Amino acid sequence: MSKLLSAKTKEVLLGPLNKNNPITVQVLGICSALAVTAKLEPALVMGISVTIIVALSNVIISLLRDTIPNRIRIIVQLVVVAALVTVVSEFLKAFAYDVSVQLSVYIGLIITNCILMGRLEAFAMSNRPWESFLDGIGNGIGYAWILVAVAFFRELLGSGTLFGIRVIPQALYDIGYVNNGLMMMPPMALILVACIIWIQRARNKELQEDN
Amino acid sequence: MNTNKNSYTIIYAIIMVVVVALLLAFVSGALKSKQNANVELDKKKQILSSLNVDLNGQDAEALYIQYIQKAVVINSKGEILSDDKDKAFKIDIVKELSKPLENRELPIYVATVDGQEKYILSTRGAGLWGPIWGYIAFNEDKNSIFGTYFAHASETPGLGAEIANKDFQQEFIGKKIMNSDNEFVSVAIVKPGQKNTEKDYVDGISGGTITSKGVEDMLLKSIGQYESFLKQNAEGGIQQ
Repeated sequence: MSKLLSAKTKEVLLGPLNKNNPITVQVLGICSALAVTAKLEPALVMGISVTIIVALSNVIISLLRDTIPNRIRIIVQLVVVAALVTVVSEFLKAFAYDVSVQLSVYIGLIITNCILMGRLEAFAMSNRPWESFLDGIGNGIGYAWILVAVAFFRELLGSGTLFGIRVIPQALYDIGYVNNGLMMMPPMALILVACIIWIQRARNKELQEDN
Repeated sequence: MNTNKNSYTIIYAIIMVVVVALLLAFVSGALKSKQNANVELDKKKQILSSLNVDLNGQDAEALYIQYIQKAVVINSKGEILSDDKDKAFKIDIVKELSKPLENRELPIYVATVDGQEKYILSTRGAGLWGPIWGYIAFNEDKNSIFGTYFAHASETPGLGAEIANKDFQQEFIGKKIMNSDNEFVSVAIVKPGQKNTEKDYVDGISGGTITSKGVEDMLLKSIGQYESFLKQNAEGGIQQ
């Protein structure tokens, strides 16, 4: 086990959760962070799906990395990701139809997620399968927790619910409280992500740029 | 091996494409029948949902047989073309909508709930981002709504997607689609707080105006196709 989780692999797995977070530090996958964070449930499901797909495609690309012709490597990566997403979506339709209906558009959106291409190009192309797998898991979870954090505030303040269950009591509405409709708009996701980046940089000196 | 040679690159690309194509074709072929069965089961669940049947943990297949007594195919004049239950079930409403009105074959599912007949009509329209569809069940008077079910392909979560929410669907219960002169007017969907004095109305979804309008439009057009049927003598039920 000590060999499996050395200091370096530990950094590979845990780094993306904070100091090397795909959204707040690498600034990848912002587009989907806008699209799926109006509610907690799709955000969570998207996070889990992306984690699985990044990990699997990282492993595949890492296994193939010595054979991939340099000039078409991006195309090869794209084909691997697209094939993987299509296969997963077909399996969901056959064995977990309800889930696939809920995910509908999000499954397709995974292909366009910059985190996938970013990690394949930056990590899997030059690292061994096990590290690539951990990198995929780490980045997927790093992506997922930001999504869930943003969705938590957007759903709570925008709809007064969490996972679709009403949490803000009716009494509060009766005395004049209203849901913040602005929270449901995509730009609020950016503002919330910016708040997370602000807090994160304030606490981590090494992330601050000097200018 | 030199992986930068042109010949290597081309052969690599060809092999990759063939392997991936075979894989996808195999997966799709192997799972097709299971997927189709799922789609049919889901359609049955949707139809049952319009009757406000609780499907949690229930065998939808058995419930469908229990509730849906018969299904018929009618044309826009209200004449019955077929009373084959399977034929009605297999009608693709999207294809029918592309035909001229008088050639369309429209399904009606007849259910019995607490000893009373309910008529379930199929609806389809457009939301903001993609198609929306649903089933709408009428009481024996063919005028007041017994229950509805709406679904969507890709409306915005939290906004337009709320049409799939039970709270929204239940607003329709008891609304009438005919006005006092027995003219077909459908049900209006208004901005929350506003009123419509011409016909029955329900509150739309804040921030989901285009999807709400889409549902209103869908109801007007889809139920409109069945107008002649709905105006037939309610006492007689479905006339053979």
